[in-house]
Amino acid sequence: MKKDMICISCPMGCRISAEWGKENIITVTGNKCQRGDVYGKEEILSPRRVVTATLNINSSWLGRLPVMTTGTLPKEFIDSLLNKIYKFDLDVPIVRNDIIIKNISNTGIDLIATRSVRT
Amino acid sequence: MKELKFDTLVIGGGSAGMAAALEVSKRGFSVAVVERENSMGGILNQCIHNGFGLHHFNEELSGPAYAEKFIDMVESSNIKVFLDMTVMDMEETGDMKYVYGMSGKTGMIKFCVKTVIFANGCRERNRGSIGTPGTRPSGVFTAGLAQRLVNMEGYIPGKECVIVGSGDIGLIMARRMTWVGAKVKAVIEIQPYPAGLTRNIVQCLNDFNIPLYLSHVVGDIHGKDRVESIDVIPLKNGVEQKDKSFNIICDSLLLAVGLVPDNELAQKIGISINPETNGPIVDRQLMTGKNGIFACGNVLHVHDLVDFVTEESERCGKYAADYMDGKTFSDQYRTVPGQNIKYLVPNFYSPHRDNKFYLRTMIVKNRAELIVSVNGKEIFSKKLKHIQPSEMISFSILEDTVGAEIISECRNNTLEVKIV
Ligand SMILES: Cc1cc2nc3c(=O)[nH]c(=O)nc-3n(C[C@H](O)[C@H](O)[C@H](O)COP(=O)(O)OP(=O)(O)OC[C@H]3O[C@@H](n4cnc5c(N)ncnc54)[C@H](O)[C@@H]3O)c2cc1C
Ligand code: SF4
Repeated sequence: MKKDMICISCPMGCRISAEWGKENIITVTGNKCQRGDVYGKEEILSPRRVVTATLNINSSWLGRLPVMTTGTLPKEFIDSLLNKIYKFDLDVPIVRNDIIIKNISNTGIDLIATRSVRT
Repeated sequence: MKELKFDTLVIGGGSAGMAAALEVSKRGFSVAVVERENSMGGILNQCIHNGFGLHHFNEELSGPAYAEKFIDMVESSNIKVFLDMTVMDMEETGDMKYVYGMSGKTGMIKFCVKTVIFANGCRERNRGSIGTPGTRPSGVFTAGLAQRLVNMEGYIPGKECVIVGSGDIGLIMARRMTWVGAKVKAVIEIQPYPAGLTRNIVQCLNDFNIPLYLSHVVGDIHGKDRVESIDVIPLKNGVEQKDKSFNIICDSLLLAVGLVPDNELAQKIGISINPETNGPIVDRQLMTGKNGIFACGNVLHVHDLVDFVTEESERCGKYAADYMDGKTFSDQYRTVPGQNIKYLVPNFYSPHRDNKFYLRTMIVKNRAELIVSVNGKEIFSKKLKHIQPSEMISFSILEDTVGAEIISECRNNTLEVKIV
Protein backbone atom coordinates (compact mmCIF):
# COMPACT_ATOMS: atom_id res chain seq x y z
CA MET A 1 0.00 0.00 0.00
CA LYS A 2 1.14 3.50 -0.70
CA LYS A 3 -0.03 6.89 0.45
CA ASP A 4 1.14 10.27 -0.90
CA MET A 5 1.00 13.15 1.50
CA ILE A 6 2.48 16.48 2.45
CA CYS A 7 4.71 16.74 5.48
CA ILE A 8 3.38 19.49 7.73
CA SER A 9 6.24 19.48 10.22
CA CYS A 10 7.71 22.67 8.80
CA PRO A 11 6.77 25.30 6.18
CA MET A 12 8.83 23.51 3.47
CA GLY A 13 5.86 21.19 2.97
CA CYS A 14 7.74 18.30 1.29
CA ARG A 15 5.70 15.91 -0.82
CA ILE A 16 6.35 12.53 0.75
CA SER A 17 5.15 8.95 0.16
CA ALA A 18 4.67 6.21 2.73
CA GLU A 19 4.73 2.60 1.54
CA TRP A 20 4.06 -0.54 3.53
CA GLY A 21 3.54 -4.24 2.92
CA LYS A 22 2.08 -7.11 4.96
CA GLU A 23 4.61 -6.80 7.77
CA ASN A 24 3.50 -3.24 8.41
CA ILE A 25 7.01 -1.92 7.92
CA ILE A 26 6.59 1.60 6.63
CA THR A 27 9.16 3.29 4.43
CA VAL A 28 8.94 7.01 3.78
CA THR A 29 10.45 8.68 0.72
CA GLY A 30 10.64 12.28 -0.51
CA ASN A 31 11.31 13.73 2.95
CA LYS A 32 14.15 16.22 3.23
CA CYS A 33 14.80 15.53 6.88
CA GLN A 34 14.24 13.04 9.66
CA ARG A 35 11.12 14.79 10.93
CA GLY A 36 9.44 13.94 7.63
CA ASP A 37 10.17 10.25 8.20
CA VAL A 38 8.57 10.39 11.64
CA TYR A 39 5.60 12.35 10.31
CA GLY A 40 4.98 9.91 7.44
CA LYS A 41 4.98 6.90 9.75
CA GLU A 42 2.78 8.53 12.36
CA GLU A 43 0.33 9.73 9.76
CA ILE A 44 -0.30 6.07 8.81
CA LEU A 45 -0.28 4.58 12.31
CA SER A 46 -1.76 7.34 14.45
CA PRO A 47 -1.93 10.91 13.11
CA ARG A 48 -0.87 13.60 15.57
CA ARG A 49 -1.25 17.37 15.67
CA VAL A 50 -0.09 20.32 17.75
CA VAL A 51 -3.10 22.00 19.38
CA THR A 52 -3.30 25.73 20.03
CA ALA A 53 -6.28 27.49 21.63
CA THR A 54 -7.14 30.17 24.17
CA LEU A 55 -8.88 29.95 27.54
CA ASN A 56 -10.56 32.32 29.99
CA ILE A 57 -8.45 34.23 32.48
CA ASN A 58 -9.28 36.76 35.17
CA SER A 59 -6.99 39.49 33.93
CA SER A 60 -7.57 43.21 34.17
CA TRP A 61 -6.80 43.78 30.50
CA LEU A 62 -6.73 40.55 28.49
CA GLY A 63 -9.71 38.25 27.93
CA ARG A 64 -8.01 35.03 26.85
CA LEU A 65 -4.75 33.24 27.50
CA PRO A 66 -3.07 31.52 24.51
CA VAL A 67 -2.08 27.91 25.16
CA MET A 68 -0.30 25.20 23.15
CA THR A 69 0.59 21.53 23.52
CA THR A 70 4.28 20.80 24.13
CA GLY A 71 4.29 18.37 21.22
CA THR A 72 1.95 16.64 18.82
CA LEU A 73 -1.07 14.92 20.31
CA PRO A 74 -2.83 11.88 18.80
CA LYS A 75 -5.85 13.26 16.93
CA GLU A 76 -8.38 11.24 18.94
CA PHE A 77 -7.52 13.21 22.09
CA ILE A 78 -8.00 16.65 20.55
CA ASP A 79 -11.74 17.07 21.10
CA SER A 80 -11.65 16.11 24.77
CA LEU A 81 -8.67 18.42 25.28
CA LEU A 82 -10.52 21.34 23.66
CA ASN A 83 -13.55 20.69 25.88
CA LYS A 84 -11.34 20.85 28.95
CA ILE A 85 -9.64 24.01 27.75
CA TYR A 86 -12.92 25.85 27.22
CA LYS A 87 -14.05 25.10 30.80
CA PHE A 88 -11.03 26.79 32.38
CA ASP A 89 -11.16 30.07 34.26
CA LEU A 90 -7.62 30.82 35.40
CA ASP A 91 -6.37 33.42 37.83
CA VAL A 92 -3.39 35.63 37.00
CA PRO A 93 -0.42 35.96 37.31
CA ILE A 94 0.59 33.44 34.68
CA VAL A 95 4.11 33.04 33.34
CA ARG A 96 4.87 31.83 29.83
CA ASN A 97 5.52 28.07 29.76
CA ASP A 98 3.46 27.51 32.95
CA ILE A 99 1.89 24.07 32.72
CA ILE A 100 -1.90 24.33 32.52
CA ILE A 101 -2.69 20.61 32.03
CA LYS A 102 -0.07 18.00 32.81
CA ASN A 103 0.24 14.73 30.87
CA ILE A 104 -2.85 15.09 28.66
CA SER A 105 -4.71 11.72 28.51
CA ASN A 106 -1.48 9.99 29.62
CA THR A 107 0.33 10.94 26.43
CA GLY A 108 3.23 12.61 28.19
CA ILE A 109 2.30 15.85 26.44
CA ASP A 110 1.48 18.97 28.49
CA LEU A 111 -0.56 22.04 27.73
CA ILE A 112 1.37 25.25 28.44
CA ALA A 113 0.70 28.99 28.46
CA THR A 114 2.39 30.75 25.54
CA ARG A 115 2.19 34.22 27.06
CA SER A 116 2.75 35.79 30.48
CA VAL A 117 -0.08 37.79 32.00
CA ARG A 118 0.94 39.61 35.17
CA THR A 119 -2.20 41.49 36.15
CA MET B 1 1.62 70.47 25.44
CA LYS B 2 4.33 68.28 26.94
CA GLU B 3 7.53 68.04 24.85
CA LEU B 4 9.99 65.15 24.98
CA LYS B 5 13.35 64.78 23.23
CA PHE B 6 14.70 61.50 21.87
CA ASP B 7 17.11 60.55 19.10
CA THR B 8 14.64 58.16 17.49
CA LEU B 9 10.90 57.63 17.60
CA VAL B 10 9.46 54.31 16.46
CA ILE B 11 5.81 54.30 15.43
CA GLY B 12 4.30 50.93 16.38
CA GLY B 13 5.48 48.31 18.88
CA GLY B 14 4.88 45.15 16.84
CA SER B 15 7.64 42.75 15.84
CA ALA B 16 9.06 45.35 13.42
CA GLY B 17 9.06 48.25 15.87
CA MET B 18 10.63 46.24 18.69
CA ALA B 19 13.44 44.80 16.53
CA ALA B 20 14.28 48.22 15.05
CA ALA B 21 14.17 50.00 18.41
CA LEU B 22 16.50 47.43 20.01
CA GLU B 23 19.15 47.94 17.32
CA VAL B 24 19.04 51.73 17.59
CA SER B 25 19.26 51.50 21.36
CA LYS B 26 22.24 49.11 21.20
CA ARG B 27 24.17 51.85 19.41
CA GLY B 28 23.70 54.21 22.35
CA PHE B 29 20.91 56.40 20.99
CA SER B 30 17.80 57.25 22.99
CA VAL B 31 14.63 55.62 21.60
CA ALA B 32 10.91 55.97 22.21
CA VAL B 33 8.34 53.46 20.95
CA VAL B 34 4.75 54.64 20.63
CA GLU B 35 2.17 51.84 20.56
CA ARG B 36 -1.58 52.31 20.18
CA GLU B 37 -2.58 49.12 22.04
CA ASN B 38 -2.20 48.28 25.71
CA SER B 39 0.72 45.92 25.06
CA MET B 40 3.49 45.51 22.51
CA GLY B 41 3.54 42.64 20.03
CA GLY B 42 1.12 43.90 17.39
CA ILE B 43 -0.58 41.34 15.21
CA LEU B 44 1.43 38.52 16.85
CA ASN B 45 -0.74 38.76 19.96
CA GLN B 46 -3.72 37.37 18.09
CA CYS B 47 -1.79 34.72 16.10
CA ILE B 48 -1.96 32.04 18.78
CA HIS B 49 -1.06 29.17 16.43
CA ASN B 50 2.43 27.67 16.32
CA GLY B 51 4.79 28.29 13.42
CA PHE B 52 6.68 31.39 14.48
CA GLY B 53 10.38 31.75 15.04
CA LEU B 54 11.63 28.66 13.18
CA HIS B 55 14.33 30.77 11.51
CA HIS B 56 15.06 33.36 14.17
CA PHE B 57 14.91 31.36 17.41
CA ASN B 58 15.14 27.88 15.91
CA GLU B 59 12.08 26.79 17.87
CA GLU B 60 8.44 26.60 17.03
CA LEU B 61 6.63 29.30 18.98
CA SER B 62 3.15 30.79 19.05
CA GLY B 63 2.82 34.42 17.96
CA PRO B 64 2.45 35.75 21.53
CA ALA B 65 5.49 33.74 22.65
CA TYR B 66 7.60 35.17 19.82
CA ALA B 67 6.44 38.66 20.79
CA GLU B 68 7.16 38.09 24.46
CA LYS B 69 10.80 37.22 23.78
CA PHE B 70 11.18 40.66 22.19
CA ILE B 71 9.07 42.43 24.82
CA ASP B 72 11.42 41.05 27.50
CA MET B 73 14.43 42.42 25.60
CA VAL B 74 12.80 45.84 25.17
CA GLU B 75 11.84 45.99 28.83
CA SER B 76 15.39 45.27 29.95
CA SER B 77 16.83 47.95 27.61
CA ASN B 78 16.79 51.75 27.91
CA ILE B 79 13.97 52.06 25.38
CA LYS B 80 11.05 54.16 26.59
CA VAL B 81 7.70 52.67 25.63
CA PHE B 82 4.48 54.67 25.44
CA LEU B 83 1.49 52.30 25.43
CA ASP B 84 -2.12 53.24 24.70
CA MET B 85 -0.81 56.11 22.62
CA THR B 86 -1.59 56.79 18.96
CA VAL B 87 0.62 58.79 16.64
CA MET B 88 -1.71 61.38 15.14
CA ASP B 89 0.48 63.73 13.19
CA MET B 90 4.00 64.62 12.24
CA GLU B 91 5.93 67.56 10.81
CA GLU B 92 9.56 68.45 10.06
CA THR B 93 11.78 71.51 10.05
CA GLY B 94 15.32 71.08 8.85
CA ASP B 95 16.78 67.97 10.40
CA MET B 96 14.29 67.82 13.28
CA LYS B 97 11.07 65.85 13.24
CA TYR B 98 8.10 66.51 15.49
CA VAL B 99 5.74 63.63 16.13
CA TYR B 100 2.45 64.07 17.98
CA GLY B 101 1.24 61.18 20.11
CA MET B 102 -2.20 61.18 21.75
CA SER B 103 -3.20 59.12 24.75
CA GLY B 104 -6.19 59.19 27.07
CA LYS B 105 -3.89 59.23 30.09
CA THR B 106 -1.32 61.85 29.15
CA GLY B 107 -3.07 63.89 26.49
CA MET B 108 -0.99 65.04 23.54
CA ILE B 109 2.79 64.67 23.69
CA LYS B 110 5.15 66.31 21.20
CA PHE B 111 8.22 64.17 20.48
CA CYS B 112 11.21 66.09 19.10
CA VAL B 113 13.49 63.58 17.33
CA LYS B 114 16.22 63.20 14.71
CA THR B 115 14.92 60.01 13.11
CA VAL B 116 11.51 58.37 12.79
CA ILE B 117 10.95 54.71 12.01
CA PHE B 118 7.57 53.77 10.60
CA ALA B 119 6.71 50.29 11.94
CA ASN B 120 2.95 50.64 12.13
CA GLY B 121 2.01 47.51 10.20
CA CYS B 122 -0.81 46.96 7.76
CA ARG B 123 -4.58 46.85 7.72
CA GLU B 124 -6.99 44.35 6.20
CA ARG B 125 -8.75 44.83 2.94
CA ASN B 126 -12.44 44.90 3.71
CA ARG B 127 -15.58 44.23 1.79
CA GLY B 128 -15.54 47.65 0.15
CA SER B 129 -12.18 47.00 -1.40
CA ILE B 130 -13.25 43.70 -3.00
CA GLY B 131 -16.70 44.87 -4.09
CA THR B 132 -18.83 41.89 -3.03
CA PRO B 133 -22.43 42.60 -4.02
CA GLY B 134 -25.55 41.90 -1.95
CA THR B 135 -27.24 43.38 1.11
CA ARG B 136 -25.29 44.64 4.11
CA PRO B 137 -26.43 42.45 6.99
CA SER B 138 -24.31 41.90 10.10
CA GLY B 139 -22.13 38.81 10.26
CA VAL B 140 -19.51 39.96 7.75
CA PHE B 141 -16.07 40.23 9.39
CA THR B 142 -12.54 40.58 8.16
CA ALA B 143 -10.65 37.44 9.14
CA GLY B 144 -8.10 39.34 11.22
CA LEU B 145 -10.83 41.01 13.23
CA ALA B 146 -12.52 37.63 13.75
CA GLN B 147 -9.16 36.21 14.85
CA ARG B 148 -8.78 38.98 17.39
CA LEU B 149 -12.33 38.53 18.69
CA VAL B 150 -11.96 34.77 19.13
CA ASN B 151 -8.39 34.65 20.39
CA MET B 152 -8.16 37.71 22.60
CA GLU B 153 -11.68 38.53 23.62
CA GLY B 154 -13.34 35.13 23.58
CA TYR B 155 -16.19 36.22 21.30
CA ILE B 156 -17.25 33.79 18.58
CA PRO B 157 -18.46 35.60 15.46
CA GLY B 158 -20.76 32.87 14.10
CA LYS B 159 -21.88 29.24 14.21
CA GLU B 160 -21.81 28.44 10.50
CA CYS B 161 -19.31 30.36 8.48
CA VAL B 162 -17.83 30.67 5.04
CA ILE B 163 -14.32 32.03 4.53
CA VAL B 164 -13.43 34.09 1.49
CA GLY B 165 -9.75 33.85 0.54
CA SER B 166 -7.36 30.93 0.96
CA GLY B 167 -4.32 32.81 2.25
CA ASP B 168 -2.80 31.61 5.50
CA ILE B 169 -5.00 33.88 7.60
CA GLY B 170 -8.15 32.42 6.03
CA LEU B 171 -6.88 28.85 6.46
CA ILE B 172 -5.76 29.33 10.06
CA MET B 173 -9.16 30.83 10.87
CA ALA B 174 -10.92 27.83 9.31
CA ARG B 175 -9.24 25.54 11.84
CA ARG B 176 -9.67 27.99 14.69
CA MET B 177 -13.41 28.40 14.07
CA THR B 178 -13.79 24.60 13.86
CA TRP B 179 -11.91 24.16 17.14
CA VAL B 180 -14.20 26.63 18.92
CA GLY B 181 -17.20 24.63 17.78
CA ALA B 182 -18.34 26.51 14.66
CA LYS B 183 -18.97 24.76 11.36
CA VAL B 184 -16.84 26.06 8.51
CA LYS B 185 -18.82 25.25 5.39
CA ALA B 186 -16.42 26.35 2.69
CA VAL B 187 -13.37 28.36 1.75
CA ILE B 188 -13.81 30.30 -1.49
CA GLU B 189 -10.77 31.33 -3.57
CA ILE B 190 -10.91 33.40 -6.75
CA GLN B 191 -7.55 32.09 -8.06
CA PRO B 192 -7.13 28.61 -9.55
CA TYR B 193 -4.57 27.74 -6.84
CA PRO B 194 -4.61 28.15 -3.04
CA ALA B 195 -2.88 31.28 -1.74
CA GLY B 196 -1.63 29.81 1.52
CA LEU B 197 1.04 27.29 2.47
CA THR B 198 0.30 23.67 1.56
CA ARG B 199 0.83 22.60 5.17
CA ASN B 200 -2.05 24.85 6.15
CA ILE B 201 -4.31 23.32 3.48
CA VAL B 202 -3.54 19.93 5.04
CA GLN B 203 -3.85 20.76 8.72
CA CYS B 204 -6.55 23.45 8.56
CA LEU B 205 -8.87 22.24 5.79
CA ASN B 206 -8.26 18.57 4.91
CA ASP B 207 -8.16 17.53 8.58
CA PHE B 208 -11.73 18.77 8.96
CA ASN B 209 -13.04 17.97 5.46
CA ILE B 210 -13.64 21.64 4.74
CA PRO B 211 -14.21 22.09 0.99
CA LEU B 212 -11.97 24.56 -0.87
CA TYR B 213 -13.59 26.07 -3.96
CA LEU B 214 -10.84 27.30 -6.27
CA SER B 215 -11.75 29.66 -9.15
CA HIS B 216 -14.96 30.65 -7.37
CA VAL B 217 -16.29 34.02 -6.20
CA VAL B 218 -18.99 35.17 -3.80
CA GLY B 219 -22.07 36.49 -5.59
CA ASP B 220 -24.95 37.86 -3.54
CA ILE B 221 -25.00 37.87 0.24
CA HIS B 222 -28.55 37.18 1.48
CA GLY B 223 -30.14 38.14 4.81
CA LYS B 224 -31.77 41.24 6.19
CA ASP B 225 -30.32 41.82 9.67
CA ARG B 226 -27.90 38.90 9.75
CA VAL B 227 -26.24 36.89 6.99
CA GLU B 228 -28.48 33.93 6.08
CA SER B 229 -26.80 32.53 3.00
CA ILE B 230 -24.45 33.39 0.16
CA ASP B 231 -24.31 32.60 -3.54
CA VAL B 232 -21.11 31.13 -4.89
CA ILE B 233 -20.26 31.46 -8.57
CA PRO B 234 -17.68 29.33 -10.41
CA LEU B 235 -15.29 31.03 -12.83
CA LYS B 236 -14.24 29.64 -16.18
CA ASN B 237 -11.30 31.42 -17.80
CA GLY B 238 -12.05 34.33 -15.51
CA VAL B 239 -15.71 34.57 -16.58
CA GLU B 240 -18.52 34.06 -14.06
CA GLN B 241 -20.66 30.97 -14.82
CA LYS B 242 -23.84 32.41 -13.29
CA ASP B 243 -25.95 29.41 -14.41
CA LYS B 244 -23.74 27.12 -12.31
CA SER B 245 -23.96 29.21 -9.14
CA PHE B 246 -25.02 27.58 -5.88
CA ASN B 247 -26.14 28.69 -2.44
CA ILE B 248 -24.51 28.02 0.95
CA ILE B 249 -26.44 28.58 4.18
CA CYS B 250 -24.33 30.37 6.76
CA ASP B 251 -24.61 33.06 9.44
CA SER B 252 -21.20 34.64 8.99
CA LEU B 253 -18.68 35.45 6.32
CA LEU B 254 -14.99 35.94 7.11
CA LEU B 255 -13.07 37.97 4.55
CA ALA B 256 -9.41 37.04 4.26
CA VAL B 257 -8.82 39.02 1.11
CA GLY B 258 -5.45 40.55 1.79
CA LEU B 259 -3.53 43.14 3.72
CA VAL B 260 -2.39 46.64 2.76
CA PRO B 261 0.39 48.66 4.42
CA ASP B 262 -1.06 51.45 6.52
CA ASN B 263 0.53 54.56 5.04
CA GLU B 264 -1.92 57.36 5.65
CA LEU B 265 0.45 59.27 7.91
CA ALA B 266 3.44 58.79 5.61
CA GLN B 267 1.46 60.06 2.64
CA LYS B 268 0.20 63.01 4.59
CA ILE B 269 3.73 64.30 5.06
CA GLY B 270 4.55 63.77 1.41
CA ILE B 271 6.43 60.46 1.41
CA SER B 272 6.19 58.77 -2.02
CA ILE B 273 4.54 55.38 -2.11
CA ASN B 274 5.37 52.43 -4.36
CA PRO B 275 2.06 51.47 -6.02
CA GLU B 276 3.14 47.81 -6.19
CA THR B 277 3.69 47.40 -2.44
CA ASN B 278 1.59 50.29 -1.13
CA GLY B 279 4.55 50.96 1.13
CA PRO B 280 7.02 53.86 0.93
CA ILE B 281 9.72 53.94 -1.74
CA VAL B 282 12.96 53.33 0.16
CA ASP B 283 16.66 53.43 -0.55
CA ARG B 284 19.25 50.75 0.29
CA GLN B 285 19.08 51.83 3.94
CA LEU B 286 15.30 51.54 4.06
CA MET B 287 15.09 55.32 4.26
CA THR B 288 12.04 56.87 2.63
CA GLY B 289 12.19 59.85 0.29
CA LYS B 290 12.50 62.06 3.39
CA ASN B 291 15.86 62.21 5.15
CA GLY B 292 15.83 60.56 8.57
CA ILE B 293 12.49 58.80 8.07
CA PHE B 294 12.69 55.01 7.74
CA ALA B 295 10.20 52.16 7.31
CA CYS B 296 10.22 48.41 8.04
CA GLY B 297 7.91 45.45 8.53
CA ASN B 298 4.40 45.28 7.18
CA VAL B 299 4.15 49.02 6.66
CA LEU B 300 6.93 48.71 4.06
CA HIS B 301 5.55 45.59 2.33
CA VAL B 302 3.32 42.81 3.61
CA HIS B 303 5.35 39.89 5.00
CA ASP B 304 4.11 36.37 5.60
CA LEU B 305 6.89 35.30 7.95
CA VAL B 306 7.67 37.20 11.12
CA ASP B 307 11.30 36.04 10.95
CA PHE B 308 11.72 38.16 7.80
CA VAL B 309 10.09 41.12 9.54
CA THR B 310 12.62 40.80 12.34
CA GLU B 311 15.57 40.53 9.95
CA GLU B 312 14.49 43.55 7.92
CA SER B 313 13.68 45.65 10.98
CA GLU B 314 16.96 44.93 12.74
CA ARG B 315 18.72 46.17 9.63
CA CYS B 316 16.45 49.20 9.56
CA GLY B 317 17.42 50.03 13.14
CA LYS B 318 21.11 49.75 12.23
CA TYR B 319 20.64 52.01 9.21
CA ALA B 320 18.86 54.64 11.29
CA ALA B 321 21.78 54.56 13.74
CA ASP B 322 24.24 54.81 10.81
CA TYR B 323 22.36 57.85 9.59
CA MET B 324 22.68 59.54 12.97
CA ASP B 325 26.39 58.66 12.97
CA GLY B 326 26.66 60.54 9.68
CA LYS B 327 27.03 57.41 7.54
CA THR B 328 24.89 57.86 4.46
CA PHE B 329 25.75 56.80 0.97
CA SER B 330 25.09 58.80 -2.13
CA ASP B 331 26.35 56.14 -4.56
CA GLN B 332 22.93 54.58 -4.98
CA TYR B 333 21.15 53.56 -8.17
CA ARG B 334 17.63 52.37 -8.91
CA THR B 335 16.38 48.81 -8.80
CA VAL B 336 13.53 47.69 -11.06
CA PRO B 337 11.30 44.62 -11.11
CA GLY B 338 11.66 42.79 -14.42
CA GLN B 339 9.86 39.83 -15.97
CA ASN B 340 7.50 37.94 -13.61
CA ILE B 341 8.31 40.14 -10.61
CA LYS B 342 5.46 41.83 -8.80
CA TYR B 343 7.64 44.00 -6.62
CA LEU B 344 11.16 44.46 -5.36
CA VAL B 345 12.27 46.13 -2.08
CA PRO B 346 14.34 48.31 -1.67
CA ASN B 347 14.09 50.63 -4.66
CA PHE B 348 17.80 51.55 -4.65
CA TYR B 349 21.07 49.66 -4.26
CA SER B 350 24.69 50.51 -3.78
CA PRO B 351 27.37 48.63 -5.76
CA HIS B 352 29.89 49.21 -2.97
CA ARG B 353 27.91 47.74 -0.08
CA ASP B 354 25.96 44.61 0.74
CA ASN B 355 22.36 44.79 -0.45
CA LYS B 356 19.52 42.61 0.76
CA PHE B 357 16.38 42.28 -1.35
CA TYR B 358 12.88 40.98 -0.81
CA LEU B 359 10.56 40.34 -3.72
CA ARG B 360 7.37 38.65 -4.78
CA THR B 361 6.78 36.89 -8.04
CA MET B 362 3.56 36.89 -10.07
CA ILE B 363 3.79 33.26 -11.17
CA VAL B 364 3.60 29.71 -9.83
CA LYS B 365 6.46 27.54 -11.09
CA ASN B 366 8.70 24.62 -10.17
CA ARG B 367 12.41 25.01 -10.90
CA ALA B 368 12.70 28.69 -11.69
CA GLU B 369 15.74 30.91 -11.95
CA LEU B 370 16.24 34.38 -10.56
CA ILE B 371 18.52 36.57 -12.66
CA VAL B 372 19.98 39.93 -11.67
CA SER B 373 21.57 42.26 -14.19
CA VAL B 374 23.04 45.75 -14.27
CA ASN B 375 23.29 47.72 -17.51
CA GLY B 376 22.14 44.58 -19.29
CA LYS B 377 24.98 42.40 -17.90
CA GLU B 378 24.09 39.41 -15.72
CA ILE B 379 25.80 39.69 -12.34
CA PHE B 380 24.05 37.09 -10.23
CA SER B 381 21.64 34.17 -10.56
CA LYS B 382 20.00 31.76 -8.19
CA LYS B 383 17.99 28.57 -8.72
CA LEU B 384 14.61 28.40 -6.98
CA LYS B 385 12.91 25.06 -6.37
CA HIS B 386 9.36 26.32 -6.23
CA ILE B 387 7.91 29.81 -6.44
CA GLN B 388 4.43 31.22 -5.89
CA PRO B 389 3.06 34.73 -5.30
CA SER B 390 2.25 34.08 -1.64
CA GLU B 391 5.82 33.15 -0.71
CA MET B 392 8.29 35.98 -0.44
CA ILE B 393 11.74 35.45 -2.00
CA SER B 394 14.95 37.01 -0.70
CA PHE B 395 18.50 37.28 -1.98
CA SER B 396 21.61 39.39 -1.40
CA ILE B 397 24.00 41.19 -3.69
CA LEU B 398 27.23 41.50 -1.77
CA GLU B 399 29.68 44.37 -1.83
CA ASP B 400 31.57 44.60 -5.15
CA THR B 401 29.54 41.89 -6.94
CA VAL B 402 28.73 44.62 -9.39
CA GLY B 403 32.24 45.16 -10.71
CA ALA B 404 33.66 48.60 -11.41
CA GLU B 405 33.77 47.76 -15.13
CA ILE B 406 29.96 47.43 -15.21
CA ILE B 407 29.11 50.70 -13.49
CA SER B 408 29.40 53.52 -15.97
CA GLU B 409 28.91 57.24 -15.57
CA CYS B 410 27.05 57.47 -18.85
CA ARG B 411 24.59 54.64 -18.04
CA ASN B 412 21.80 54.67 -15.46
CA ASN B 413 23.29 51.58 -13.69
CA THR B 414 19.81 50.28 -12.88
CA LEU B 415 19.69 46.84 -11.31
CA GLU B 416 17.03 44.64 -12.85
CA VAL B 417 15.70 41.42 -11.37
CA LYS B 418 13.72 38.86 -13.32
CA ILE B 419 12.51 35.31 -12.84
CA VAL B 420 12.40 32.80 -15.69
C1 LIG C 1 -3.31 36.97 10.73
C2 LIG C 1 -1.85 36.79 10.49
C3 LIG C 1 -1.26 35.51 10.62
C4 LIG C 1 0.12 35.34 10.48
N1 LIG C 1 0.68 34.08 10.64
C5 LIG C 1 2.05 33.95 10.61
C6 LIG C 1 2.70 32.69 10.88
O1 LIG C 1 2.04 31.66 11.07
N2 LIG C 1 4.06 32.63 10.92
C7 LIG C 1 4.81 33.75 10.72
O2 LIG C 1 6.04 33.68 10.80
N3 LIG C 1 4.23 34.93 10.42
C8 LIG C 1 2.88 35.08 10.37
N4 LIG C 1 2.30 36.30 10.08
C9 LIG C 1 3.17 37.41 9.65
C10 LIG C 1 3.85 38.22 10.75
O3 LIG C 1 3.49 37.80 12.01
C11 LIG C 1 3.54 39.68 10.61
O4 LIG C 1 3.81 40.04 9.31
C12 LIG C 1 4.39 40.54 11.56
O5 LIG C 1 4.19 40.19 12.89
C13 LIG C 1 4.07 42.02 11.34
O6 LIG C 1 4.82 42.84 12.20
P1 LIG C 1 4.77 44.42 12.13
O7 LIG C 1 5.45 44.89 13.36
O8 LIG C 1 5.24 44.90 10.82
O9 LIG C 1 3.21 44.82 12.18
P2 LIG C 1 2.17 44.72 13.39
O10 LIG C 1 2.36 43.52 14.18
O11 LIG C 1 0.84 44.97 12.78
O12 LIG C 1 2.56 45.96 14.31
C14 LIG C 1 2.20 47.29 14.05
C15 LIG C 1 1.93 47.97 15.36
O13 LIG C 1 1.76 49.37 15.15
C16 LIG C 1 0.71 49.84 15.96
N5 LIG C 1 0.22 51.07 15.35
C17 LIG C 1 -0.38 51.22 14.13
N6 LIG C 1 -0.67 52.51 13.89
C18 LIG C 1 -0.23 53.21 14.97
C19 LIG C 1 -0.24 54.61 15.30
N7 LIG C 1 -0.72 55.55 14.48
N8 LIG C 1 0.28 54.96 16.49
C20 LIG C 1 0.81 54.03 17.36
N9 LIG C 1 0.86 52.72 17.07
C21 LIG C 1 0.34 52.31 15.89
C22 LIG C 1 -0.27 48.70 15.99
O14 LIG C 1 -1.11 48.77 17.12
C23 LIG C 1 0.66 47.48 16.03
O15 LIG C 1 0.95 47.07 17.35
C24 LIG C 1 0.92 36.47 10.19
C25 LIG C 1 0.32 37.73 10.00
C26 LIG C 1 -1.03 37.90 10.14
C27 LIG C 1 -1.62 39.28 9.92
S1 SF4 D 1 10.44 16.48 5.59
FE1 SF4 D 1 11.59 17.88 6.91
S2 SF4 D 1 11.99 19.63 5.56
FE2 SF4 D 1 10.36 18.48 4.58
S3 SF4 D 1 8.46 19.44 5.34
FE3 SF4 D 1 8.92 17.71 6.70
S4 SF4 D 1 10.06 18.66 8.37
FE4 SF4 D 1 10.11 20.11 6.69
